[in-house]
Amino acid sequence: MSDFLEVIPLIARDWIVDLFPAQLQWLVHHLITIAVILTVFGTFFAFTTVAERKLLGRLQNRLGPNRAGLPKLSILPFHLKHKLWGLTQPFADAVKALTKEDVVPDAADKVLHFLAPVCIVAFSLLGFAVLPFGRALIPVELDAALLYFFAAGTATELAIFMAGWGSRNKYSLLAAMRALAQLISYELPLILSVVPVVLVVGTLSLSEIAAAQGGWTLGFLPHWHVFTPWGFAGFIIFLIAALAESNRSPFDLPEAESELIAGHLTEYSGFKYALFFMAEYFGLTALSGLGVTIFLGGWQAPFAFLEFIPSYLWFMIKLAGMIMFFIWVRGTLLRLRIDQLTRLSWQFLVPLALINLVNGAFWALTPDWTGAMLAARWGVSAAIVVIPFLILGRRLSGDRTPRTYRYA
Amino acid sequence: MIALAIIALLTIAAASAAFLLRNLIHSALLLVGAWAGIAAFYLWAGAEFVAFAQVLVYVGAVSMVVLFAVLLTRQGATTAPVEYDSLKRAVLGFITAGGVGGLLFGAILGSPLDVHTANPAPAVSVKELGLLLMGPHAAALLIVGVLLTVALLGAVVIAAVDKPEDAP
Amino acid sequence: MSPLQLCLLFSSLLFCVGLAGALSRSNTILVLLGIELMLNAANLNFIAFWRYGPHPEAGTGLLFVLFAIAVAAAEAAVGLALIIAIHRHRKTIRLQEANSLKG
Repeated sequence: MSDFLEVIPLIARDWIVDLFPAQLQWLVHHLITIAVILTVFGTFFAFTTVAERKLLGRLQNRLGPNRAGLPKLSILPFHLKHKLWGLTQPFADAVKALTKEDVVPDAADKVLHFLAPVCIVAFSLLGFAVLPFGRALIPVELDAALLYFFAAGTATELAIFMAGWGSRNKYSLLAAMRALAQLISYELPLILSVVPVVLVVGTLSLSEIAAAQGGWTLGFLPHWHVFTPWGFAGFIIFLIAALAESNRSPFDLPEAESELIAGHLTEYSGFKYALFFMAEYFGLTALSGLGVTIFLGGWQAPFAFLEFIPSYLWFMIKLAGMIMFFIWVRGTLLRLRIDQLTRLSWQFLVPLALINLVNGAFWALTPDWTGAMLAARWGVSAAIVVIPFLILGRRLSGDRTPRTYRYA
Repeated sequence: MIALAIIALLTIAAASAAFLLRNLIHSALLLVGAWAGIAAFYLWAGAEFVAFAQVLVYVGAVSMVVLFAVLLTRQGATTAPVEYDSLKRAVLGFITAGGVGGLLFGAILGSPLDVHTANPAPAVSVKELGLLLMGPHAAALLIVGVLLTVALLGAVVIAAVDKPEDAP
Repeated sequence: MSPLQLCLLFSSLLFCVGLAGALSRSNTILVLLGIELMLNAANLNFIAFWRYGPHPEAGTGLLFVLFAIAVAAAEAAVGLALIIAIHRHRKTIRLQEANSLKG
């Protein structure tokens, strides 16, 4: 039964593909994959925005959006009075964005101003192509999938530059430069935090990395990478770098809506602004998906008795959990200053990620330590990251006293 | 073959347009497009790893360095009239490039090239590539690492402002 | 025409575009980019000969291109740093005006 649930999407796809003539089948096959990814993650994006607004509202002791229900349609014989808990809010937002005036500055570089939002959405969607969504569900099986993911991610930097330059507004350009400096600084810890996994598993293929995390110790401890010392450290570094890469609070200085106007998005309005917004969420979702695949076991179930739930549902549950965590962080932490931001990356995360790389190498060299040696393996591995973490943390915060709040 | 022709046409069109335009930013962005086209050629030829490395290095890193350099050295309007001196250089440049191109084309079309493997593309997996890099070519890898470090330090030293009075 | 010949024509055409750009433009950044493009055209040849050569499984062409990409990145970084230094001292990056050592 669960095997059947596992392959239902594939059966549905093959059934549709078979309706077309043989020459067109490869094209239809890929188009269906693309359409499914766009629909699933488009909907996911829409409901992420509601979840974010509602959760942030709750974190700040207010209700969040709860008014948008269904409009009164004259073709229907009845009218639904219920507000549906505001769940139709994203569709109302989409209509609003589409009907707003699209203002293009007179002096703007029209081509680049138009291309920037298009490019950024296209590039941020590229990463989804290689994520294994389930045991049998992977859009494109690539040998160098991880490298592809990061290569696709770097292209969004160009789109940010285009937005800043194309607006012909010096504040947009300055903000774009700040955003680029941030993205370049955090790309390094992001990639370095993933390398230990590649070392230990011995492949760049994401489906093999997900498959390598199957199985349980003593029947309940899953073999996810996050439950090893190096994997835990790598996951934390990955989380921080992913927050910064996707411009999320507390690293949202490029567009810091309460201080700057909107950074490189100042001259964008209407649907183009919505496209940037969408790209930000797509980027966040793709990076969370990568984090889930690499550290949180991908599509694997946490317990053996829960394996009857299809793997793609497990992936989506973990993905939603990651996104909720990011929203929680946004509601909790304060925004950093730009010097704190770059210092955190270059003085703390990059050295720790490099040390963690050594840790991964140690783990890869000692797979045959058992019994008492297994405890030693865990101890040494934990020591390799915890001791530098303590020393670095002490040194970096040594000259700063704890902050005192006089009026809070 | 058709895919290759399309990739080649787009890449060459982007590269030529880059050198014909007067707007430096447009030139740089078009060249990034040409680099992406070259990566597409690598993909077509079956060299996946090299294609992604090309995108990562050129579209991700070199393009950023170029764009920052363009912004740091920008000076006012870019619509000054073309001087006679530049025009002479341009004509000479085109003649030289045309000559070299003619020579290369003649050599390629005139020489007998036997093609060994046709389809499918030969597969060198990432793992094999890594083993090659770490085994027989480890020395070269080390040297490239040292070179990159030295280049990074050199670039910082050259571009840094040493004394406050040197600052622009 | 064999696919190998098409690849070679593609790369030599790209090389010529880079050469023409490097020789005819007077902005130093564009000259550097022209040289960079010529380097890329050479890389294309390595891949083409790897793909259609007798021993693709050896992967030598791939490795050479990887090393060439790394060296090109270093070259671009140093070259652009030099351009920024020249701009700081002379307030211009036109090639013809950096001629104080001309005899």
